[in-house]
Amino acid sequence: MAKIKGAIVVEIEKCKGCGVCEVACPTQVIKLHTDVNGKGYHFAYMENPDACIGCANCAMVCPDSVISVYKMKVEA
Amino acid sequence: MDIKDIIKPENLVYSKSKLFTDKALSYCPGCGHGTAHKLVLQTIEEMGIESETIGVAPVGCSVLAYEFMDIDIQQASHGRAPAVATAIKRLMPEKFVFTYQGDGDLAAIGTAETIHACNRGENIVIIFINNGIYGMTGGQMAPTTIAKMKTSTSPYGRDTAIMGNPLKITELVAQLPGVYYCTRQAVHTAAAVRKAKKAIRQAFENQKLKKGLSFVEIVSNCNSGWKMTPVDSNIWMENNMFPFYPLGDIKVPTEK
Ligand SMILES: Cc1ncc(C[n+]2csc(CCOP(=O)(O)OP(=O)(O)O)c2C)c(N)n1
Ligand code: SF4
Ligand code: SF4
Ligand code: SF4
Repeated sequence: MAKIKGAIVVEIEKCKGCGVCEVACPTQVIKLHTDVNGKGYHFAYMENPDACIGCANCAMVCPDSVISVYKMKVEA
Repeated sequence: MDIKDIIKPENLVYSKSKLFTDKALSYCPGCGHGTAHKLVLQTIEEMGIESETIGVAPVGCSVLAYEFMDIDIQQASHGRAPAVATAIKRLMPEKFVFTYQGDGDLAAIGTAETIHACNRGENIVIIFINNGIYGMTGGQMAPTTIAKMKTSTSPYGRDTAIMGNPLKITELVAQLPGVYYCTRQAVHTAAAVRKAKKAIRQAFENQKLKKGLSFVEIVSNCNSGWKMTPVDSNIWMENNMFPFYPLGDIKVPTEK
C-alpha cells in the first residue's frame, strides 16, 4: 500500500520561534529548539520527522512564511 | 526512508509566495499580519495579476507593507487608504486596487473614508485586520476593543458604561448598497487560513467583474499588545473575540 511521507524545511535564521506551527501540526512533528538562531529565537524543527504527512498546516499558519513542505508517495 | 529523499524539488508542495520581497517581516513573532499578507500575495500570484495590482498601505504596524510585498503599493495617510484607493481605481480602472488596513486606521481615524467608499460602491477590495487594539502605538483602546478587554488605556478592562461600546464596523458597512460582498475571517489555524484565502480570492474576482466593493475583515491577534504569547493570544481570540465578532459571510451576492 502506498503511504504518504512528508517533510518540512524551516529557514532557521528567519524563524521567530512563535510556536504557531507547533500547535497547528496534527501529528506533533514540530518542536521549538532549545538552541537559538542569530536573532535569539528558539527556531522550529522536526523533532519527530517520521510522523510528518506533508499536510502543510504548519506552513499555512506560519506568519513569516519560513516553512517549505515536501510530500511524496512511498510504496510500503 | 531518509528525509533527504523527500526533500527534493519535485516533491515541493508549499513554499513562500514569490511576491514576498527578501526582507524579513517587521511584525512581532506570531502576529497574524504576516499570515494575512501571505494570503493576499498568494491570491495575486494565483490570479497572475501582480503587474496589474496596486495596493494601498495604512498607518499602523502594516505601514511598511510596501517593503514586504513585491507589487506596486502607495502608502496613505492614517485612515485615508479607501480615499486613495478610490482615486487610483478611478484613474486606472483596469488595475486591481486593494487597501490593507488595521482597525485603528479603518474604524477610528478613517471611519468617514471607509463608510463613504463603501457607500459609493467603489470597485475595490478592502482587507481589514481587526486586532481590537492600536498595535503600533502601544496597545491603546480602539473603537473595536471588546467589552472588558484590557488595553494600555483601559488597564482594568473596557467599561462600556464609561468608554462606550465596541464598533462592529463590518456589520455596519454590510448595510450599505455599494458593498457587494462582506465577510469576516481569521488566519490563526490552517482551516481558517483556507477559508480566508477563498474569501480574498472571491473579493478580487468580484473586482474583476466590476461588482463594487468587497470587504474582508480578518479578526487577528496582537500578541504584543494583548501581552500574551502568540499561541495563548490565538486561544484568547477564539474564546473572547469570536463570540463578539463571529466568523463567516455577512453579505453575499444574491444573483446567480
Ligand atoms: C494622523 C495620525 N494620527 C495618529 C497617528 C498615530 N498612530 C500610528 S499607528 C496608530 C494606530 C494603528 O492601529 P491599527 O490601525 O489598529 O493597526 P495595528 O498597528 O494594530 O496593526 C496610530 C493612532 C498617526 N501616525 N497619524
Ligand atoms: S510558525 Fe514560522 S516563525 Fe513561528 S515558530 Fe513556526 S516556523 Fe518559526
Ligand atoms: S506538514 Fe503537516 S504533518 Fe508535517 S510538520 Fe507540517 S503540520 Fe506537521
Ligand atoms: S504590535 Fe501587535 S499588530 Fe503590531 S506587529 Fe506586534 S503583534 Fe502584530
